Amino acid sequence: MQTLLDKCCDKCTHEPKNPCRDFIKCRKEGPICHDDESCRQKRKDIINGIHLPEGTDKKNILICAGTGCTSSGSRKLVDVLKEELQKHNLQDKVKITMTGCHGFCEQGPLMIVEPDKTFYVRVQDSDVPEIVEQNLIAGQVVERLLYKDLATGESCKTYETVPFYARQQRLVLHNCGHINPEEVAEYIANDGYTGFARALLNMTPEEVVDEVKKSGLRGRGGAGFPTGMKWGFVRQAEGDKKYAVCNADEGDPGAFMDRSVLEGDPHAVLEGMMICGYAVGADEGYIYVRAEYPLAIERLKIAIAQAEQYGILGDNILGSGFNFHLKIKAGAGAFVCGEETALLTSIEGNRGMPRVRPPFPAQSGLWGKPTNLNNVETYANVPHILRQGGDWYATLGTEKSKGTKIFALTGKVNNTGLVEVPMGMSLRDIIFTIGGGIQDGKKYKAVQIGGPSGGCIPEENLDLPVDYDSLTAAGAMMGSGGLVVMDETTCMVDVARFFLTFTQSESCGKCTPCREGTKRMLEILTRICDGEGRMEDIDTLERLGRVVKNTALCGLGQTCPNPILSTLRYFKNEYLAHIQDKRCPAGVCPNLLTYVIDPEKCKGCGKCAKGCPAGAITGEKKQPHTIDTTKCIKCGACILGCKFEAIYKA
Amino acid sequence: MASCNCGHQNDDEKQKEFGDLLAKYKGVKGALIPVLQEAQEIFGYLPAETMKQISQSQGIPFSKTFGVATFYSQFHLKPRGRNIIRMCQGTACHVRGAAKVFDAVSTNLGVAKNETTEDRRYTLETVACLGACGLAPVMMVNSDTHGRLSPDSAVKMVKNYE
Ligand SMILES: Cc1cc2nc3c(=O)[nH]c(=O)nc-3n(C[C@H](O)[C@H](O)[C@H](O)COP(=O)(O)O)c2cc1C
Ligand code: SF4
Ligand code: SF4
Ligand code: SF4
Ligand code: FES
Ligand code: FES
Repeated sequence: MQTLLDKCCDKCTHEPKNPCRDFIKCRKEGPICHDDESCRQKRKDIINGIHLPEGTDKKNILICAGTGCTSSGSRKLVDVLKEELQKHNLQDKVKITMTGCHGFCEQGPLMIVEPDKTFYVRVQDSDVPEIVEQNLIAGQVVERLLYKDLATGESCKTYETVPFYARQQRLVLHNCGHINPEEVAEYIANDGYTGFARALLNMTPEEVVDEVKKSGLRGRGGAGFPTGMKWGFVRQAEGDKKYAVCNADEGDPGAFMDRSVLEGDPHAVLEGMMICGYAVGADEGYIYVRAEYPLAIERLKIAIAQAEQYGILGDNILGSGFNFHLKIKAGAGAFVCGEETALLTSIEGNRGMPRVRPPFPAQSGLWGKPTNLNNVETYANVPHILRQGGDWYATLGTEKSKGTKIFALTGKVNNTGLVEVPMGMSLRDIIFTIGGGIQDGKKYKAVQIGGPSGGCIPEENLDLPVDYDSLTAAGAMMGSGGLVVMDETTCMVDVARFFLTFTQSESCGKCTPCREGTKRMLEILTRICDGEGRMEDIDTLERLGRVVKNTALCGLGQTCPNPILSTLRYFKNEYLAHIQDKRCPAGVCPNLLTYVIDPEKCKGCGKCAKGCPAGAITGEKKQPHTIDTTKCIKCGACILGCKFEAIYKA
Repeated sequence: MASCNCGHQNDDEKQKEFGDLLAKYKGVKGALIPVLQEAQEIFGYLPAETMKQISQSQGIPFSKTFGVATFYSQFHLKPRGRNIIRMCQGTACHVRGAAKVFDAVSTNLGVAKNETTEDRRYTLETVACLGACGLAPVMMVNSDTHGRLSPDSAVKMVKNYE
């Protein structure tokens, strides 16, 4: 037995062609079919290597190999650590595990020492010898690499005491950052595939659908449609061939939870899809992943190959007669392909344009067959429901929104990262307690939730308990769960224009209201930002927004006015300042600013004059300089260059 | 996306690889997009001749192949630079000043969005989120992700790519 999934001895008969029903259980608790103490011990030894038991003198060092930490240099840490361990002859005592994303990428590269839960942040290669000598050999934590609580300045010894994690409830993200995603055995050692085994061996497909209905799980891809109900439709649909499809297109800019789940715990998504396949009667599945996520694609490929190798995926799974095969499709860069009908036409090899519903994919989906489509996070919730029961799941969250939700907290907030909390937590808790408040002590202005389909939530609504329905009532939307925090230096008109630029360029052009409407709305917003807005523009925007919302064919068009309508609702005064006073209160819109040199601070060094591409700055040496606003092209180069911070925008 | 434009591999080899690719996907349903993706990996972009051959081999009209290739932003019909810079313009990066970073790189290289420098060293593109928002502003050069950028550090980083 090299890994947990190998045969313990010749008596084990399991192989993909001749599967054993009890394979999953046997590997963790067995052997089941024969009684042999040494075989039992082999399993225990392997599991103890994955979960270090209490009182061990061994250590497991977890190094984050997610996209964020990799870009901050975590791969190099591994090489250096290996060398250092060799040098001190510790390689047998210390295991190195490369994990997926911990959701706290901003503090990366992250390193955890188990079983102590010591949590090191921003670890550089040069810190490694100290970690080995001081922590591993002398048993002393390296104080300076610990995370410091922003409020109290105290170091947090373990990740459980870091405020960013302390208030979270990590269900879907449970394994992310804590197991090696490229090793199916680690997933299985953490209860992996037991939900699937329970569904497959002890329940009828109808019972599985009912369990998911009971849980109250709603789709995490945006609209929040009840998952159990959707599965029920596909189950009931007539057809000899059905598909289960996973939407991993994650198009919302500013959201990265699907990516982290795929990179950090790919088997959870596979398990969810397999349970779905069994429940709805599908024997084939597709995962549609954005091409911008090469690491997620790589990890999925490995996960599928390993599951096939051990007969967890394929034909006659665990001797049940159930077959399931999975394929990956790499998207080709079109936001609209996240829409379900567009996604399915794209898998078929066409231009990914939405089509009219009904028929819904549950009746006529991929290649005209009944198809169940769910989001990555939706599927990743399912194994927990089958392991612990729908009733248990329904105890989490609010009355109409059950379970947890992962939010991608980004923007001008101190702690950026992935936050998984029960539905119903207030935005204030998420942004100020978990997120640690606004960067640089600035003032909170709004949080944008739901991406291009969502809206902005101002200060007065911060105590809103977050769930699908409360957000919609506030003019925003759950969407994928991107939370972009904005402070006083963010211009809300510019934000609206930013989203319209995005939706306008991503509109597929099939229907007129969206194709033309987004263009007109963008023109008007651009005009306002440029200081050429007119008073009637506000009414025109509102009217256009309503028309596009009511008449567009797909969700992209139907929701694209939300960023405009919600900023108009809460921040109309900013629009008015742009239009009437030709002023951008946040100091963002370049046409409405002039660059000024403060004569008090200017030392007359001349650096700005040299760097100005427009030749707009003049002045005598050692005398305060001045900017000719008629020549200035507002490039901003002078501000960045001035060592004395003498130049400002007004 | 390892698009090799190093010149080490000669055209015959590329043609052979392309021939194998066509054979692999012959008769596979819904294969147009993967074929285009893999062909682009071989040639670095999609020449018209390549798209014609794909249409023939897949038994679909050229107009459809062209339609699909122009629909998705991933496909390129013109040769690109040796290094592909993809600057994130997603929401998280935008509120942390991605526009300034883009302008700095664009001015420094003397190319606008979707343009290639004359020496073919760089192509400058934008992307709507790289999923590394915690490190905003972010860019990707070839397959490396770089985060926590400032206008200056981005320009310096880009210079590391020959
Ligand atoms: C323009 C547009 C983009 C979308 N993008 C995504 C996406 O990136 N990921 C996703 O899971 N759902 C996306 N959706 C929602 C899907 O259409 C679909 O509702 C969802 O994948 C269903 O899964 P769920 O029930 O598990 O949420 C998008 C919808 C629209 C209209
Ligand atoms: S609403 Fe927009 S994206 Fe959707 S089908 Fe119409 S044009 Fe295409
Ligand atoms: S760089 Fe600053 S200090 Fe120097 S001349 Fe310009 S404004 Fe004055
Ligand atoms: S903003 Fe640019 S153009 Fe204007 S004065 Fe400064 S350097 Fe010159
Ligand atoms: S990639 Fe390491 S924490 Fe996200
Ligand atoms: S918004 Fe730039 S990486 Fe997500």
